[in-house]
Amino acid sequence: MSFMDEWVYTDTVKDHFMNPKNILSDPDYKEDGKGMVGSMACGDQMLVALKIENDIVVDLKWKTYGCASAIASTSMMSEMAIGMTLDEAYHLTPEMITDRLGGLPNHKFHCSVLGDKALRAAIDDYLERQGRENTFKKSVAKIICECKGVTDQQIEALVQSEEALSFEQLQEQTGLGTVCGKCKNTAKELFDELLHIYGH
Amino acid sequence: MNSKIVYLDNNATTPVAPEVKEIILETLDIYGNASSMHGPGRLANAAVSHSRKAVASLIGAEPEEIIFTGGGSESNNTVLNLVFSDIFENTGRDRIITTKIEHPSIYETVQTLETKGVKVTLIGVDGKGNLKMDELEEAMGDDVAIVSIMMANNEIGTILDIGEAARIAHSCGALFHTDAVQAVGKIPVDVKALDIDFLSLSGHKLYAQKGIGALFIKKGIPFCPLIHGGHQEAGRRAGTYNNTGIIALGRAAKLAEDQMEQEIPREQALRDDLKERLLATVPDITINGDQEAILPGTLNVSFPGAEGESILLYLDLEGIAVSTGSACATGSLEASYVLLELGLGPELAHSSIRFSLGAYNTQEDVDYVLEKLPPIIKKIREMSTL
Repeated sequence: MSFMDEWVYTDTVKDHFMNPKNILSDPDYKEDGKGMVGSMACGDQMLVALKIENDIVVDLKWKTYGCASAIASTSMMSEMAIGMTLDEAYHLTPEMITDRLGGLPNHKFHCSVLGDKALRAAIDDYLERQGRENTFKKSVAKIICECKGVTDQQIEALVQSEEALSFEQLQEQTGLGTVCGKCKNTAKELFDELLHIYGH
Repeated sequence: MNSKIVYLDNNATTPVAPEVKEIILETLDIYGNASSMHGPGRLANAAVSHSRKAVASLIGAEPEEIIFTGGGSESNNTVLNLVFSDIFENTGRDRIITTKIEHPSIYETVQTLETKGVKVTLIGVDGKGNLKMDELEEAMGDDVAIVSIMMANNEIGTILDIGEAARIAHSCGALFHTDAVQAVGKIPVDVKALDIDFLSLSGHKLYAQKGIGALFIKKGIPFCPLIHGGHQEAGRRAGTYNNTGIIALGRAAKLAEDQMEQEIPREQALRDDLKERLLATVPDITINGDQEAILPGTLNVSFPGAEGESILLYLDLEGIAVSTGSACATGSLEASYVLLELGLGPELAHSSIRFSLGAYNTQEDVDYVLEKLPPIIKKIREMSTL
């Protein structure tokens, strides 16, 4: 019987899980920018450290507390991001990572979201350390509520700053989903995801 | 994939015992409907009766007090649904009391009953998983219909004080049920000594196959079937007798009764060896559950800094099968409610691994785990943000 030969995830996920690439092991690693998202309490946390030269990611090291999908997607993300321009790296999406992994089960998708978030947090940190204006932030904003013009980044900022810890609070502060209401489901999913990512 | 399998997930399900497999194959052609009067029917009926005696004997019951069901979940659902039956009509009893660490077939069933108007009280446990008896005592009242307390917890292995819980339930006139799916076959169970009214057990947790279980119903205790449509089981559970399943469960029950005395210390010794050597070789780990009153083969360990699903899958790649209380393995974002209820922080719950040893585990299996696991934990912790 060959049922046993089928593993939980794709061969690529398995390979990156068994032999994760670019793990941060040097305690004296001198990074140019560093970002951490998630929390141990939620079951996954990721740290990304970058070396940048001429706005190109020349090295990326990471650490992850998380499941197999989280380990594999961070490993894959690290391979993809090295050599990218800051602009390209900032626009790396979870879909791009999971595509390269040959897909993840639906309920595991959120594990891959942390990887690109940590990468973006590290680039934000780099630009801040350099005292440069962060023009990328606006470029990746996505409108969630068309009626009130609320973007995913506004929602993320409110969750990150703990100003909105319930969906009702979020609605009070932004008016999101209070007009036609058709964005409510999408917004609620994003909001729950963000609560998870920021460990609330 | 590694061809070697070290199966340490016996609380999830057990392999079918060779003796049980043998009798299944021998009796597969007992096709008669055990309710029929003719020869083939009588043969099936004799086999069913034989099994009923074996199951009754394992838990100190009378054969007439046993009905066969489709498994532990059906047995549990049957008892909880009694709350709607004639038994409690005009008695003013419309409340169920159970614990916060029950199996989902109790936990989720009472949640569903709650939406239909049943009142539910959940009793907590201490840090080791022992029932808070004072909480139970305080919660009791004349409006309680059923008290349902598990005999042993599936995740941590803690054995609860069922005798005392039954006494408290009866002192208020409530009926007492125990989900003993994890206990029967592993530890001695005596329904008379414990004064239990209903007890659920499951075949696939004691080396029979899936899809067969039983419910003990104390003689004289009012009852009402969940599944209607036939006179089987003396009108207590409709449906043509599952000959093969019942025969298998009977054989497994006999096997458990015969072997328990030597099996308990054997499993305990393996479990203790695994525990002691893990504590000695893997730094910074915690053992969960009551280490005195515990199922002989269950060992639940938290490995802080290492996430449970990762541990499970690295072990799987080495051919070792375990389970975890981590959220990631279930697809939810919440870690095991049982471990959280014990007061473990989410980090410890996400990092937990349950080893459940069974009749076919050997010292060699334990040695293999101790060879493979410590480097896995080291590897995961090295890449962890801890």
